[in-house]
Amino acid sequence: MSNIAISAAAAPSAASKPFLTRLGTGFVNRLVIIVPYVWLLFFFLVPFIIVFKISLSQTAIAMPPYTPVLDFSDGISGFFAGFRELNFDNYVWLTQDALYFKAYVTSVVIAAISTVLTLIVGYPIAYGMARAPATVRPTLLMLVILPFWTSFLIRVYAWIGILKPEGLLNQLLLSLHIINQPLVILNTYTAIFIGIVYSYLPFMVLPLYSSLEKMDYSLIEAAKDLGCPPTAAFWKITFPLSLPGVIAGCLLVFIPAVGEFVIPDLLGGSQTLMIGKTLWNEFFANRDWPVSSAVAVILLLLLTVPIMLFQQAQAKAQEQGK
Amino acid sequence: MNTTWSRFNVTSIVLGFAFLYLPIVLLIVFSFNESKLVTVWGGFSTKWYVSLFHNQGLMDATWVTARVGVISATVATVLGTLAALTLTRYTRFRGRVLFSGMVFAPLVMPEVITGLSLLLLFVAVGLDRGFFTVTLAHITLTMCFVAVVVQSRLVSFDRSLEEAAMDLGATPAKTFFQITLPVIMPAIVSGWMLAFTLSLDDLVIASFTSGPGATTLPMKIYSQVRLGVTPEINAACTILIAVVAVGVIIASIANKRREVQRQLDEQAAQRG
Repeated sequence: MSNIAISAAAAPSAASKPFLTRLGTGFVNRLVIIVPYVWLLFFFLVPFIIVFKISLSQTAIAMPPYTPVLDFSDGISGFFAGFRELNFDNYVWLTQDALYFKAYVTSVVIAAISTVLTLIVGYPIAYGMARAPATVRPTLLMLVILPFWTSFLIRVYAWIGILKPEGLLNQLLLSLHIINQPLVILNTYTAIFIGIVYSYLPFMVLPLYSSLEKMDYSLIEAAKDLGCPPTAAFWKITFPLSLPGVIAGCLLVFIPAVGEFVIPDLLGGSQTLMIGKTLWNEFFANRDWPVSSAVAVILLLLLTVPIMLFQQAQAKAQEQGK
Repeated sequence: MNTTWSRFNVTSIVLGFAFLYLPIVLLIVFSFNESKLVTVWGGFSTKWYVSLFHNQGLMDATWVTARVGVISATVATVLGTLAALTLTRYTRFRGRVLFSGMVFAPLVMPEVITGLSLLLLFVAVGLDRGFFTVTLAHITLTMCFVAVVVQSRLVSFDRSLEEAAMDLGATPAKTFFQITLPVIMPAIVSGWMLAFTLSLDDLVIASFTSGPGATTLPMKIYSQVRLGVTPEINAACTILIAVVAVGVIIASIANKRREVQRQLDEQAAQRG
């Protein structure tokens, strides 16, 4: 190593570096790429292929509880013979039972409504932060991020005590004589909306803030000077300019919200239907691994387009950051 | 730029932060409640904290969670930093689109899908579910978050510093460890902390990939929450929040100090 260092010191320009150094750097360079690449291939991509494979198998009373599919244990010929045994029963089952279809639709609708609600709640906060004096902005930013560091489960749990029929919200409203009877919020879709908006709010505020902060506010002043009313100026200038933040924020909320499990399970009760909960019950309660795999495959297909949009937005942001 | 604290802006910030913090504050307040009823105040008491420390199951789960968190955050920080270097430094190699896809997709992927797919992988390769599999799963999830955090720092990194070091005869390895690493260190530290808290926090993926004997704290809390809200869980949650809050505050103070030191160094360099 010291040998290489000395020779490199003697001949600093890259072209005249000794062969060994260049080989070493090339190898290290490749290692930097290969290690995380292989890890993600094995622990992120390969598992999806296995999920797809098992979604085509049948439930069996065994451990693991499914029949083998496309196995190499019978050699290559056995592998190809396996193609004939593939069955799409699990997918047929998903279309026949209206419950699953309803769960998918409900999840997408709930996620969409919650995303809009999060945008409506988050936009004024992000706007207020972006217009705050520059000295307090880092503190405000820190305060938005801090709840994200505290446990998701805990934050959802905190709402149970507030929304219960005998909970804190009802106690407050009853003592102020605003209502005469306790409101039933827990175990309804309203509670799920509150839970999603609350838990995902930082994901919406942060991208909104970063695009609003970059904005040139003299544009608004120019519009005002030219007689444009503030509301029109907002819709014609501020909102369009913050659109990249709006899109990023909405995707960051919408995609995970569709498959959300903890919030519908703890706040929605047994009456509400969401696909993340369905998958969980199929797996843990019914122990039906093939059907839960099929549910996951469809869910993934459903989210392909939003996920690709999200990646494009990320890549674009990365390009602009350079 | 004209910045105004208009009444509208102040109101929206105050209401927004009240919404974000009030539930957490209430949770903490009611962990000191004497009464067993969580929502009725019966006087100040720390008895739930005492009973917490006698709850052997909860203490075991805490120990498992802490170990999974430290190991997975450390490995994820190394892998995530490498991934961030790959994303920013190597703009052209075969399979780059796939690579960036695999880094960004886990950030938004519903946890039930990630959890199920990892479990099926572990079953397929014949790994017994337990401590080891939870750790592997958490590394995979959190390394992507580390990659994003470190990448945002690398993008704004001034590469002429590296070139200067190389021109002065430093080897690439020496340049990396003496120039690049110290500059991106704050991002690596916050990446580690993010990975640690995400691991501490995760219920869904841990439930899928864990086995008997490796119950994590969120799994324990979840199984108790399903039975009903108790002040004891409030106390456990409060301790968890306190640990994280103290960590974040220490990190941000350290960050600020380093930033001030760096500015002083720069000023000294300009004068000298």
